[in-house]
Amino acid sequence: MDEIINRLKKDIENVKNSQDMSEIKARYLGKKGSISELNSKMRELSNEKKKEFGMALNKIKADANEIIETKRKEIEKRILEEKLKNESIDISLPSTSIPYGAPNIVEKMVEEVEDVFMSMGYDVVDGPEIEEDKFNFELLNIPKGHPARDAQDTFYIEGEDILLRSQTSPVQIRTMMKGKGEEAIRMICPGKTYRRDDDDATHSHQFMQIEGLLVDKKVSLSDLKGTFDVIAKALFGEDTETRFRPSYYQFTEPSVEMDIRCHHCKGEGCNICKNTGWITIAGAGMVHPNVLKNCDYDPKKWQGFAFGFGAERLAMVKYNIDDLRVFYTNDLRESVNFDRKEAE
Amino acid sequence: MIDLEWVSDYIDIKDQDLKELAVKITKAGINIEKVISNHIDNLVVGEVLECVDHPDSDHLHVCQVNVGDKVLQIVCGAPNVKKGLKVIVALPGAILPGDFEIKKSKIRGVESNGMICALFELGLEEKTDENYNRGIEELSKDAPVGIDALNYLGLDDTLYELDIHKHRNNDCYYHIGFAYEIACILNRKVNLPDDKTSPIKDDVKNHVNLEVKTKKCPYYLAKMVTGVKIGESPEFIKRRLNAYGMRSINNVVDISNYVMLEYGQPLHFFDKDSLGDKVLVRDAKDGEKIVTLDGEERVLKSSDIVITDGSKPVAIAGVMGGENTEVTDNTHDILIESAIFDSVSIRYTASNLDLRSEASIRYGKGLNFEYTEKAIERACHLLEKYAGAKVLSGTIKHDKVDKKPKTVKFKTSEINDMLGIVLTDDDVKTELDRLDFPFEYKSGKFTLTIPFRRLDIDPNVNDIAEEVGRLYGYNNLVSTLPNCPTRRGRYIGDVKYRKLISKRLRSLGINECKTYTLVSPSMASLFKYENKENLVLPNPMSVDKSVVRTTLIPSLINVYNYNKSRGVDDVLIYEISKTYDKDYNEESKVTGLLKGNYLLNEWHGVKVPVDFYLVKGIVENILDYLGFKNRYSFVKDEISDMHPGVSARVMLDRKPIGIVGRVHPSISKDDIFVFELSLNALMNKVKPIKFKAASKYPKISKDVAFIVKNTVTSDEILKVIKKAGGRLLTDVNVFDVYTGDKMMFGYKSIAYNLTFSSEDRTLGEDEVMKVFETIISRCEKELDAKLRDK
Repeated sequence: MDEIINRLKKDIENVKNSQDMSEIKARYLGKKGSISELNSKMRELSNEKKKEFGMALNKIKADANEIIETKRKEIEKRILEEKLKNESIDISLPSTSIPYGAPNIVEKMVEEVEDVFMSMGYDVVDGPEIEEDKFNFELLNIPKGHPARDAQDTFYIEGEDILLRSQTSPVQIRTMMKGKGEEAIRMICPGKTYRRDDDDATHSHQFMQIEGLLVDKKVSLSDLKGTFDVIAKALFGEDTETRFRPSYYQFTEPSVEMDIRCHHCKGEGCNICKNTGWITIAGAGMVHPNVLKNCDYDPKKWQGFAFGFGAERLAMVKYNIDDLRVFYTNDLRESVNFDRKEAE
Repeated sequence: MIDLEWVSDYIDIKDQDLKELAVKITKAGINIEKVISNHIDNLVVGEVLECVDHPDSDHLHVCQVNVGDKVLQIVCGAPNVKKGLKVIVALPGAILPGDFEIKKSKIRGVESNGMICALFELGLEEKTDENYNRGIEELSKDAPVGIDALNYLGLDDTLYELDIHKHRNNDCYYHIGFAYEIACILNRKVNLPDDKTSPIKDDVKNHVNLEVKTKKCPYYLAKMVTGVKIGESPEFIKRRLNAYGMRSINNVVDISNYVMLEYGQPLHFFDKDSLGDKVLVRDAKDGEKIVTLDGEERVLKSSDIVITDGSKPVAIAGVMGGENTEVTDNTHDILIESAIFDSVSIRYTASNLDLRSEASIRYGKGLNFEYTEKAIERACHLLEKYAGAKVLSGTIKHDKVDKKPKTVKFKTSEINDMLGIVLTDDDVKTELDRLDFPFEYKSGKFTLTIPFRRLDIDPNVNDIAEEVGRLYGYNNLVSTLPNCPTRRGRYIGDVKYRKLISKRLRSLGINECKTYTLVSPSMASLFKYENKENLVLPNPMSVDKSVVRTTLIPSLINVYNYNKSRGVDDVLIYEISKTYDKDYNEESKVTGLLKGNYLLNEWHGVKVPVDFYLVKGIVENILDYLGFKNRYSFVKDEISDMHPGVSARVMLDRKPIGIVGRVHPSISKDDIFVFELSLNALMNKVKPIKFKAASKYPKISKDVAFIVKNTVTSDEILKVIKKAGGRLLTDVNVFDVYTGDKMMFGYKSIAYNLTFSSEDRTLGEDEVMKVFETIISRCEKELDAKLRDK
């Protein structure tokens, strides 16, 4: 028996492939294999010897099996390794391009602002772009003939009653009307607006405003300042300095302009901030009592603040873009770079 | 423009650094855009002691010039330089406009130690041929040698160029108003200028009779002076008008301008003799004509206001006087008008006549009656003093102006709540004193009277809070956040759908665009698949942008062309925007345009070009995403400006919601594919998401290919298959379509892979075969289909 095992060990060393393997298996363990043949010797033995022989036979079978199995695994592994070697590719070749899906640059800016305000509980609302004079001007404390109308050279559609909205403030009015003087309001209303401006690097007859409104029982100008700090830091970095300057709007009182410290030159003075170190990015103020009254909110009980950003202006400041028309030409070579998350 | 030297007549600012003051004023809300200082160092008055010809030039002169502490040799090329002349000398070290530094030098071999200057060389005059030919500035004979030349000329003022918000431009664009602004910032008092006169006994009422027959003139004052002597203005008036940018004409005209710049009140001087003895203010008649001071004939409208002599117009009220009553060198008596006209009407008239005068700008902003009175007195004072005039007693008056002062009652707590600060009553009192706002204080309550000069302030707490706040300093406010309940904001209404679809399209690799709502008529005439009528603007800025669009497809085709011409081959774009029809009906549209390859890896042979089925897939993906699975279909249709064979209407719940297909070759030769869906139609209720366990039992797959007429659509076959397949048929896929040579003309072969499975058992081959055969026989019967392998 030992002889058989030794022979097997010797034979198996010469095995190269799986075909040789099955041959060997047949030679030793097959029906007529050397080990199977030992079975016939059983008959010649006494009962006592039979038991002993049987045990030895089982062991030799098991040993032979293990030797063959080990070898088989070895061969299979070698074959697989060879196969994988042949399948190796040049991973430096170009990938299959997965199409980009870039946002429009202004829209990306709007979404960033929306994100910040939504996290502070502001809803995002829109309203009609063809508006009634009442909502666009009159209820905002800008009666017919008021000089504030001259600054917003408006596209009128039907006499002086129907127009392309020149600001998104009418959405605020509509929201307040829905609140019926009873509901607190937190909303922003990004949207398209239209004015009779010739399109050039800094003007556009169509542009995006992001206005917002908060109406509640106890609201102060300091709350507006804090809110502006949050948005300025979120958009331009945690270390952004802000300031308020007195200003004037017909629908807010007091009114302010909201500036950030120029993030390009850190206030040293550069082209972008026109050497002032500050950049104005929004107008705002406490909602004028007349506007509250016009919308059925009692100024004695309710107060609010309203603000307005120019989305294009924000994008121009943030990304150092010097021509407003960029946003409306939609050059895919430019917009593709905006298909990514912001830097932290 | 505000001249600080002028302002210092009314408030003491001599101790102020004017640049720092400008910063303070800007912080308090009046935006000073620019501080202009005309001062130039090393510029002195000199006297030419000797002037000889340059030995080596035919036009240069060599001068010996006394500049006070020494005599300098200066080479000068001006034709008018001569011995004895008092001149402006730029000494070495002076830096003239254009960064031009004066240095000692040699001009054609002769030493020159400075430059004798003309005003234009100092940036004080325009460089015109006329000014150039006049040569160097000749100062008056008594000019003291050696002193600062610009100071001597009164031209070294500091000027503030203002960018004032509309509400403050009626009190900050004149010098006295501006003085009040400085006064509240520095906490100083304003002294108004002298307006005393010594009237003669004769009363103006003996000479003129006033009648006002329009509602647009609430206040009209007139006074008369006699015996004026037209001549030059005194130096200070000339100088100040000049600094402001106004030409000096004569003492009388200058005084009317001077007072306007002091009080903001435009005055008009009529030549009394030409005017006669009647002043009638009335609405103009349509077509009425007048020749204005500039010599132009103006045709008026009934909305304009005119001053007449009882019959003919002598001035367009608030805009410009008439030539027929102009003050001339022969004028002896003057009627002075100081009035208030309706500001809206004046603005309208000025823009209508395209005549924006100094007067109309100021009337357009609104005036306060107090200064209407002060200005006319001040003008009389100056005419008496500087034009030898005798002032008649009395004033003619039309007075319908509301003189009731506006008052506000408030408590300090209201100001504090509004601003979010903590002031005491005493703090508020101090602030109000600085503002020069009269008030009464009684047991915690303020009653404040708004001064007439501050037309911008309305009687409410907000306005007072603003005044207090800007003096308190907005930079002193401490940032806080509103005390509101915590919640997450939501996208409301169509905004929500816009965002959902937008994000989906971007993740599918399509790029967002933003184009203009206003389009050209030719763009508006395309893709009218909804038969909507366009809204055309009555007064567009240009034809290019004169129509409100109803579809975004033409705009996206423009974007495609723009990118194509810049070498971008694969254009995958979308836009979501509102559209409007003629009746202002709003419809938001989601529109996509795709052209080129969707996926590409050339060396690897991977290519997914954009075609109808890809765009259809994108539309389906959006609809599935929104929860409309099994509720939509595509119906082939001929759609205007779309390829008649490669376009379809998209139906949702059997109603059309948009289109998809290839753009007609007559619009673009390129294979452009577009889709447009109505976002409004997509704002539809859908079922909630339900979990459905995958079947645990094996599925059985069968293939079948039918030969059918070309006109039979895949949809029609599918319908029959599904109906025949019943519940056991769980999936159907087309895996081959063949219309080649081996097929009979007019026929095609479509091959389907059918999947059968059950959720509750393993299906037997027999029962599947039974269903499979039913499917085949139904197709044969209902669609005249033949099995391909038979």
